[in-house]
Amino acid sequence: MTLRPFRLLVLCISLMIPAALCAVVLFLAGYAGQAISFNGLHFLWDVNWNLGDLYGDPVTVNGITIPPGAEYGVLAFIAGTLASSGLAIFIAVPLSVGAAIFLAEAVPVLENHARDRLSWLPPIRPALAMLVELVAVVPSVVFGLWGIAVLVPFLGHYISPTGNGYGLLAAAIVLALMITPIIASTLYDALLQVPKENRESAFALGSTHFEVVTKAMMPMVRSTLAGGIVLALGRALGETMAVLMVSGGGLNMLPTSLFSPISTIASFIVSQLDSAESDPTSMSVKALAEIAFVLFIITLAVNVAAKLLSSGALNVRSRKA
Amino acid sequence: MSAAAKLETRSTQELRRIVLSVAGWGLCAIALLGVIFPLLDIVGVVAGRGITALSFSLFTQTTTGAANGLANAIEGTFVITLFAMLIAVPIGVGAGIHLSEYGKNRLGSAIRFMSDTLTGTPSIVLGYFSYIVFITALGWGFSLLAAAITIAILIIPYLARITELALQQVPNPMREAAYALGATDGVVVFKIVLPAASGAVITGGLLGLAISVGETAPLIYTAGWSDQMWTGHFTQSPVAYLTYVIWTFINQPDEHSHQLAYAAAFLVMLVVLAINISVRLMVKRTKFT
Repeated sequence: MTLRPFRLLVLCISLMIPAALCAVVLFLAGYAGQAISFNGLHFLWDVNWNLGDLYGDPVTVNGITIPPGAEYGVLAFIAGTLASSGLAIFIAVPLSVGAAIFLAEAVPVLENHARDRLSWLPPIRPALAMLVELVAVVPSVVFGLWGIAVLVPFLGHYISPTGNGYGLLAAAIVLALMITPIIASTLYDALLQVPKENRESAFALGSTHFEVVTKAMMPMVRSTLAGGIVLALGRALGETMAVLMVSGGGLNMLPTSLFSPISTIASFIVSQLDSAESDPTSMSVKALAEIAFVLFIITLAVNVAAKLLSSGALNVRSRKA
Repeated sequence: MSAAAKLETRSTQELRRIVLSVAGWGLCAIALLGVIFPLLDIVGVVAGRGITALSFSLFTQTTTGAANGLANAIEGTFVITLFAMLIAVPIGVGAGIHLSEYGKNRLGSAIRFMSDTLTGTPSIVLGYFSYIVFITALGWGFSLLAAAITIAILIIPYLARITELALQQVPNPMREAAYALGATDGVVVFKIVLPAASGAVITGGLLGLAISVGETAPLIYTAGWSDQMWTGHFTQSPVAYLTYVIWTFINQPDEHSHQLAYAAAFLVMLVVLAINISVRLMVKRTKFT
């Protein structure tokens, strides 16, 4: 066997990606180890996250040194994450499905009829599709800025009973806007892939154009749509800055209404930087590593699910004989 | 037959179907507007308030003191992006070459899966990982090197997959012809395959650049923040960056801080949208020719 130095070189470079991923997993898990053994499963269903008295003399519990009175529970953040992402999906799915259908089916009809007379116009459909894609590239922190400047005052003035717009609903709306392009462009591409024969036979049976879309085309792209939705969910779960800026930063309480202040796992990690730095026992740094690890596991599971759905490994499309 | 007479001859079921269709199209149109309107509003608000906040002193003064600018943040974003790209481009493109040219096996698909997993990992988790490793364990402190490596980890999987897809477009006979002339692996890749796909690879690099300029979460735990210009040190010296200005200054009480936040947001948006729009127009043009 001949040695091929070039192939070996690029193989080594390529292996840096798995190495980086393994390093992330190992360091987070390793660092969180002490926190995991201290918190146990309690971590997952305790609502209170209390750093304890950072200036008091550290106490030793079960052989682990912590600030006096410290307890670490993430249920409030898990609840905030799931509530905001779930609500965001609830808002984003109808929006993006409608947008994708309109883009894929209604816009070209306009274009075909008018192409000869209006050839000086830029192509409408690519332009609109590009606008939808551009929503996805707006940086998270700019979405947060817009949330603070436009959305939160609007919600506070017109919708919120307390007059305060920050909270679960604001976070969910911003998240929904950020993930719409993911679902919409997945569905848009899938709709363009539907074979012409299926569309045309539905037309030949006397369906209206809208019935062709809803009854003949949508069932064919159902599993792709599901994959897109789960992918968008994965993005929403890990979204940080925009949520941090509009969520109200609620701590140690479960959300009770649309206007409850919340924190998600991701936004909480950012907001805890200062206290993590000032903890002499570094226990809160370890507890934060544990919560980051939890977030990693959740998004990993969701992304794997998205992959299985869109690759068609699981056949979600129910076929009636 | 007039339209009204035509309507009368229709059965109620037919009417219902037509009404439902019209209503459905209406809702779809509203949904599309609902997706696009916020984007236009964001661009409008940020550009409107950002342009009025622009001034010459913004680019010459640092954020220190009362009469301040954004020079330190602009410089910081620039150097973080520069060094992140210097790390990410060789690794990302190299990995892409391996995946496309020699990655048609189990190992290749395993790397592909890991790469996608890394892409799906929330950026704050990567930031916290870097905080543990570089800031705490290695003792670098908030620093340029930690920030650049974190952003590089974020961009590399994108670059690898885009490079792979680009090289896949190059037809196999070109490779075979080069091998038949006695070219070695390296020559085939660098003289034949990579030049043929250079446009798409550059596109990937530009998109990585846009990600780097717009990221915030991983930098909070790695770059820190500094009111001064970059000291020139790679470790032990925090760096300023534009996105930090956006999320902290907007929560300050005074109007001047708000103006700085909008100016920073305008600059970030300008770079990100300019890159993304030009990349999309470029890709479309090459498709047509």
